[in-house]
Parts: sequence; structure tokens; C-alpha cells
Amino acid sequence: MNHLRIPGAVVAVAAALAMIGCGKKEEPKPVAPAAAPAPAAPEVITVKIGSVAPLTGGIAHLGKDNENGVRLAIDEANAEGMKIGGKAVKFEVMSEDDQADPKVGNTVAQKLVDAKVAGVVGHLNSGTTIPASAIYNQAGIPMISGSATNPALTEQGFKTVFRVVGRDDQQGPAVANYLLTQKKPKVAAVIDDATAYGEGLANEVEKTLKAAGVQVLPREKGTDKTVDWKAVLTKIKAKKPDVVFYGGMDATGGPLLKQARELKIGSVFSFGDGACTDKMAELAGEAAEGLICSQAGIPVQAAGKRFLEGYKAKFNIDPILYSPFTYDAAKMLVAAMQKADSADPAKYLPALAALDYNGASGNVQFDAKGDRKDAEMTVFTLKGGKITPLAIIKGGKSLTLDEYAALMPPAPAPAAAPAAAPAPGK
Amino acid sequence: METLLQQIINGLTTGSVYAVVALGYTMVYGVIQLINFAHGEVVMIGAMVAFGVITGLAGSGLPASMIVAAGVLAAVPACMAIGYSLERVAYRPLRHAPRLAPLITAIGMSIILQHVALLIWGRNPLAFPQIIANPTVSIGLAEISAVQIAIILLSFLMMGGLSWFVYRTRFGIAMRATAENVQVAGLMGINADRVIAATFVIGAALGAVAGVMFGTYYGIAHYTMGFTLGLKAFSAAVLGGIGNLPGAMVGGLLLGLVEALGTGYIGDLTNLCQWPVVDAWLGERCADGAHFILFGSNYQDVFAFVMLILVLVFRPSGLLGERVSERA
Repeated sequence: MNHLRIPGAVVAVAAALAMIGCGKKEEPKPVAPAAAPAPAAPEVITVKIGSVAPLTGGIAHLGKDNENGVRLAIDEANAEGMKIGGKAVKFEVMSEDDQADPKVGNTVAQKLVDAKVAGVVGHLNSGTTIPASAIYNQAGIPMISGSATNPALTEQGFKTVFRVVGRDDQQGPAVANYLLTQKKPKVAAVIDDATAYGEGLANEVEKTLKAAGVQVLPREKGTDKTVDWKAVLTKIKAKKPDVVFYGGMDATGGPLLKQARELKIGSVFSFGDGACTDKMAELAGEAAEGLICSQAGIPVQAAGKRFLEGYKAKFNIDPILYSPFTYDAAKMLVAAMQKADSADPAKYLPALAALDYNGASGNVQFDAKGDRKDAEMTVFTLKGGKITPLAIIKGGKSLTLDEYAALMPPAPAPAAAPAAAPAPGK
Repeated sequence: METLLQQIINGLTTGSVYAVVALGYTMVYGVIQLINFAHGEVVMIGAMVAFGVITGLAGSGLPASMIVAAGVLAAVPACMAIGYSLERVAYRPLRHAPRLAPLITAIGMSIILQHVALLIWGRNPLAFPQIIANPTVSIGLAEISAVQIAIILLSFLMMGGLSWFVYRTRFGIAMRATAENVQVAGLMGINADRVIAATFVIGAALGAVAGVMFGTYYGIAHYTMGFTLGLKAFSAAVLGGIGNLPGAMVGGLLLGLVEALGTGYIGDLTNLCQWPVVDAWLGERCADGAHFILFGSNYQDVFAFVMLILVLVFRPSGLLGERVSERA
């Protein structure tokens, strides 16, 4: 059998090479900046705002949604005709595609820095945002992400890095608290997919459940490719848990849910944002009904009315997921510049950090790390094949959509609006 | 122990899928001593083709069983064609080359098939439409679903059919003769090229059915699904004694059982806090009902390979792999 050992290694190496080959897209772009600012009338100054998100690939629709949020905000700012230092200002969006790839993300980040943008809204994924944040920080350019939820982003101690969504370590406790108050479990099972995301989230849920005196069964694990959960579920079934939480993505969570119902496990199932998508209904069929899952942030339909109407009017589609957040992020950059009366990053950065802003996603203030204070989390349930918001959790309190709308600082939001399908928040 | 019966049912179901896939490896090895590493990908293509047909017909109002049957009927010829072309393009020209050469082309074909599937069906997991009502039957403390019963029955039927074909028909005799000695079989008037091509085609047909079973059981298909499945089925074939038909069946079933039981019990067995001595030593890690589990259920995929190593150490020719004379 000796000769068989070689092929194994060859398979691995060949597969790795194949993957590298696929991931790399050679796109030699000209180094010259896209458009030199036109030397218009001397009293008009142009301020560039960068927007970065994946505009090609599997989550291109979410990336485009992020970009749209920024464009809407900047158009509104231009229409208002702002003045900085007595001169009229024209804002310009510089939109870049990071392909959800950290390598490309760093390249476009450098490109934006070289083009001397005044601020950046992005990126979409935590995986691209964290490495790129170092580049912006070194250049002293403020960066606000509207969708990166990994705690590590703001734990780097960078003064120029902010986010307007919640963190994963706020999401776990939020969904666990919802389960505690609504389902009153005595015994809970926690499963994860042994990835940094899944295990991290599962740990937070377990911690919260344990603190409330719930008996948590020994952790069960799969991998991010596991489709056969029967053995694990059979074991869990014997312990009769009231709730089962799974930290993982929808591709593994779907089969898990389906197999659980085949084994006639009657527990309440609950997943994190990686498996909080409409795809669950497709992957698990009827078994997905009643699933409880969470996402960082508010559901788009709960966003401010002005934003929802403006978005629909400008792009003729409904917002999808994170655009209220990128909209607020861009608006905050503009507001900080106005307050500091300067578009120079060094001058308006203190104003940005101290800003108290009411936007499409509610009131935004940053804490010392650059995280949003009192960030909301939303708990959804799967009903009729669609994920439907159940409650918005803010400051440890669970609010219904209507209660949340009543709290919104500006004009009340519409009670029920577009059936936009939220998708995985990464 | 109340979960034992359920774990055995789980194991038998996955085990019979492994066994059917393992037959494809073992038949080809038996006849031309080649590990057809692209076999797992053939299984994946089978699942994908069936997915296309089943999704297309899902809204047509035909009875669910007919739709699934149509999926199988489409997948089988598609995979047979791929099996034949694999042999024709990648293996036949290299039949007299050093043994390493066809092994490398096998890996190459596997990568090519994977990426063709990626181009056609995309990189997202595909959800099989849930069209079959899947009632479950309770046996004591265990639940067995209609799909599980169908998978186990169909697998045994195919294994029986293949055994009959190989041991009771003229073509089967020709296959066994070719396996024993290609030159001598040729002198006896057997067309070796035809026999070898047929071996690939039959293996691929079985693989196609296995792919459909896998897809309907888990409700999901993905372009990389053939890799792990193929590797496990290959282990099952080696476990039973590669080149040996009953060996592949026994190996597959055994592997499925070990995997289910191992995954089900390893966490409990390696929970260090249950042993008083270790408990005292670990101190606060075990305090307050905490658990310290050495190996969790994510080691599921490891059992197949641990068992493979053990068998190869103690019985290098596999469980049923006697003398090498009786090859299919």
C-alpha cells in the first residue's frame, strides 16, 4: 500500500493549487487615479468618500446594497449644499469592489488611501475589514463599517476604526436571553461547527444560559462541512433538551434541522446569523418552520421612513440588509466634517468619535473602542418559508417592531413594509 | 443504551451508501489494479443530475416516487457516459504505462469533474426539493424513516444484483477471467477492452444511484461532496480487501456503523470529568457540572481513517482480502 500514500498528498496539493488558482483573479488595473478632481470654480471643493464592498461574486447583491446606502446618503448631502470653511462642498463616492477577498480588500484600501479619500464606509465582511482597517488607520483615514460584526475589528486599538452594527459577542447573549424569557428552558443543548465564528457564538450562548441556571449538555461539534448530524442528534434526543442552539452556517444547519425533525426531536431550535436566512426554508423544508434565529442590527423594514422612501425612489428596489447602516455611516462622516468645519481627517476625527447622531438605524454614538453603544440585535422566526422579525433587543430589553418604531427618534417608521429578505450577515 | 438501536439504524443507512460506492472502487481495482480516484466525483455528478431533474419536475404534479425515479433514470446514463469516457480518455491510453501514471490522471480527472460541476451548478449548496412525504416508523425507542428503509433495501438489492451478475453470468465469468490475467483472457477470446469499459460503466451506474440516495437522504448536494464520500468509500473498499466484492459490502456497512457509534459515544467516553481521579486532578475545570471532553463528535470523519490504519496494520490485505486470487 506504500504507493497509495503519495496520491493522498498529491490530491491535497493539487486541490490546494486548484483553489489558489481559482481565488486569484488577475486584474491589472492602471495605477493612475480614476478621475482627477476637476479644477472647478475656486470656491467649490471636492471631498471623496470611499465605499468598499464585494460587487462581484456570491454576495454581490449585499455589496451593491451597501454601496447604494452610501450613494443615497451622499446624494442627499450634496442636495443640501453644505459649506466647509465658507466654501461650497461637493461630495464624491469612490466605490471599490473587494470581491470579499482580504487580498483584494487590502489592494483597494491602498488605492483609496492613495486617492486621498476623506473617509471610508466599509468593508462588508469582517474578514476583509479587519486587515484593511490597519491600512486606513496608518493613513489616519476614518473608516466606518456598516456590517462587520467580528469583535476583533475594534479590539485592535485603532483610533480611526468604527462600526455602526453590533458585535457577535452581543448577539449570543441577545438570542440566549430571548430563549430564556420566551421558552423558559430547563435543559439546553449547544452544537457548533468548530469554526471561529460558530464556536465563538455558541460559547456566548452557553455562558448566558448557564448564568441563568439552565442545565447545558456537553457541547457537541461538527465541522463546517458536516451534513450527517444523525449520530449527534440521536445522542441529544436521549437527554430531552428544551432548546437546541447551533452556531454555524445555513449549509450545515439546514440538514441538521431536517434530520432533527426526522428523529422526532420536539425541542425549539435556534441558530445564529450565519443560518438566519430564507435559504433555511429551502434546505430544511417544513422542518425549518418555527426556527428562532438572530442577526446583528435591525431588520431593514424597521429603518427610518425617510431612508426607506428615498432608497426606493432612487434605486427602484427595496433595501436588502445593511444599507441603513452604510447610509448612516456615510451621513455620520458628513455630519462630523460639518461639525469640525473641515474635511481633513485629522481635524474631523475627534468630532466623529463624539458624534451623537440620529439616523435610519436609530441613535448612534460610539464608545471608546469605536463600537456602537447599545447596538440592537434582532430575533427572527421562520414563518411560511420567510424569516420574520420577532423582537428587537436594545439595551437588554426586548421590543416588538411597533414598540421599536415608536422609539425611533425621527418620524415613526412604517409598521410593516417591504418583504425584503435579510441574508447572512458576515 | 437507549440510543444504541437508533445509532445502528443511522450507521446502517450511511454504511449501505458507502458500500455501494465502495463497489465501484473495488470492481475497477479488481480488474485493472487501478484506484479510480475520480469515482467520488462520478457519484457527485449523479446527485447533481438527479437534482436538476427532480427540481425541474417538482412542480409538474407527477407523483413524488415517479419524479425521484426519473431523477435516477437520468443520473444513471449520465454517469455511465462519464464512467466510459473516463476509461477511454484517461486510463486506456495509459494501460501499459507505469502504475503511477494512471493514478495521477485519476486525480486530474477528479479535479476536472469537480470544477466542471462548479461551473454548471455553482458554489452554493443545492437543496433537494422536499417532495417525498417521509413518514417515520417507531421501532421501540428508535425512529426509521421511509427514505432510510428505501436506501437500505435498494443498496442490498444492488449488491445482490451485482453478485449475481459477476458470479452467475457469462459476462461475469469474462470479468473474473480478465481480472485474473488479461493476456490469458484475451487468448481465450475475451475482448478485454470491452470488459474493462463495462466495469467502469457498471461502477458508475451504481455510483449514480448512491449519489441520488445521498442527496435525498441529507437533502443537500454540493460540488465538493464527492471528495469525502469517495475517500470514505475507498477506505471501506480497502477495509474489506480491495478487489473483493463481498469485502467492499462488509467494509462499507462496518464503516457506517463504526462512524455512527463512534460519533455517538466518543464524547461521553472521553469526558474526563466523569472519572473521579481525573476529576480531582483537573479541579475547577470540572467544577460546577462543567465538562472537559477530549474528543468531541467533530471527530466523525476521523473514525473511517483510524479504522483503515488499524486494519492495514493487523490485516494488510483487508478483512476479506484472501490471497489476491479471487478478484471480481
